[in-house]
Amino acid sequence: MTVKEALYTYVVRIADDSLILGQRLAEWCGHGPILEEDIALTNISLDLIGQATNLFQYAVTLEDNGRTEDQLAFLRVDREYSNLLLVEQPNKDFGYTIARQFYFDAFRKLFFEALTNSEDTQLAAIAEKSLKETKYHLKHSSEWIIRLGDGTEESHQRIQEAVNFHWRFTHELFFQNEVDKTLIELGIGLDLATLFDDWKNYVSNVLQQATLELPSHSFKLEGGRTGMHSEHLGYLLAEMQYMQRAFPNLTW
Amino acid sequence: MVTTELIWKLLDQVADPEIPVLTIADLGIVRTVEIIDNKCIVTITPTYSGCPAMHQIEEEILKALSPTITTEVKSTLSPAWTTDWMSEKGKEKLREYGIAPPENEVDKSVLFAKPTVVPCPKCNSKNTRMVSQFGSTACKAHYQCNQCLEPFDYFKCLR
Repeated sequence: MTVKEALYTYVVRIADDSLILGQRLAEWCGHGPILEEDIALTNISLDLIGQATNLFQYAVTLEDNGRTEDQLAFLRVDREYSNLLLVEQPNKDFGYTIARQFYFDAFRKLFFEALTNSEDTQLAAIAEKSLKETKYHLKHSSEWIIRLGDGTEESHQRIQEAVNFHWRFTHELFFQNEVDKTLIELGIGLDLATLFDDWKNYVSNVLQQATLELPSHSFKLEGGRTGMHSEHLGYLLAEMQYMQRAFPNLTW
Repeated sequence: MVTTELIWKLLDQVADPEIPVLTIADLGIVRTVEIIDNKCIVTITPTYSGCPAMHQIEEEILKALSPTITTEVKSTLSPAWTTDWMSEKGKEKLREYGIAPPENEVDKSVLFAKPTVVPCPKCNSKNTRMVSQFGSTACKAHYQCNQCLEPFDYFKCLR
C-alpha cells in the first residue's frame, strides 16, 4: 500500500462517518421533539455534511482519476463505504439519537484536536475547521445525556437503554489497521489508542453527572471500517442515493 | 491597470446572501486578493464547513469582478475563519439589522455554563435568554429578550 492509497482510505473513512451520520440526523428534519431540537439536529447534520464535502474534495485529488466528490458520496455501493457501524444505526427515538451522537462527538473532538498536528497540511486544516463545530456538537449531546439521565424516571430508563445499546459499537471508534500504521509512522495519522483513556474518562464523567451507569457488557461489534455493514446502511443509501440513481448526473 | 485596491472596492459591493446587510468584506471571509498576469485570484474561507452560502458567494464574486478582470475564486480552510475577523462596521450593521453581533466570548466547553450575555439588538437590554445554541443558520444561536420579548438571532462567537 502506497502512502497516497493509505491517505485516501483514511480521508474517506472520516468523510464517510460525517456523511452517514449527517444523513441520519437529516432524517429528523420536520420530526424533532421540539422545534429548537429539530433545528439543532439539522444544524449538526449540515456541519457534518459540510465536513464530508471538504474531505471528499480532498480525497478525489488524492485518487486523481476524474471521479468527483459527488460521485464518491453518492455512487458507491454499501461495501465501499467505510463508516463506523455506530453512525449508521437508526435514529429510533431522541434518546437513541443522542446516545449515538454523544459517543461519536466525544471521540471526534479528541480526534480532530490531535489531527490539527498532522504532518498533512490539508488534513490538519480540515481538522482545525471541523473542531470548532464539533465542540458545539459535543456540548449539545453531553447536556442532553445529563438532562435525560437526571430527568424523569422514564427519560432516565430510556437514555440508559440507548447508552447501553450503542456501547457495543464504541469499540470500533478505535479501529486501526495497516492504513493507520502507514500514516502514523509519517506523522500524518494518529494512534487512536492514545485517545482511548481521555474518551472513556469524558464519557464516564458525563454519564456519572447524568446519574447513568457506564455500560459494563463487553459485547462488541465492528466491521464498518472494512465495508461489512449492518443491514441499516443499505436502506439509508437507497434513500440518500435515490435521486442520483434515478436521474444520473442530476444537478440542482 | 487594475489594482488590488480596486478589486477590494468591488468586493465591498458583494453582499452575503443570507445576511444581505453584510458584505463579504465585513464578514472577513476574503483572505487575499492577488493579481497575477492580468488575472485576479480571490481566496475566500468558509464560515462553517457546511455553509450553503459559499457557492453563491463564489458566483457573486465572479459576477462582480468579471466585467473588470478575469477572475478565479479559490477556497482555503486554514487558518480557520473566526468571528474576530468581522469588521466593527459589520457588527454595527448586524445590530441595526436585528441580529446581535458576536460577543467576545465562546460558550461551548463547560456543560450547562451560563450562556453568553447578549444584549437585545432592539432595546439593548441585557436581560435576555438563550433559547437554543442552534439557530436559523449554522452561524447563529436563538435568543429572546425578557424585557421587550423580541426573539432574535445571535451571531455566535467562533474561535
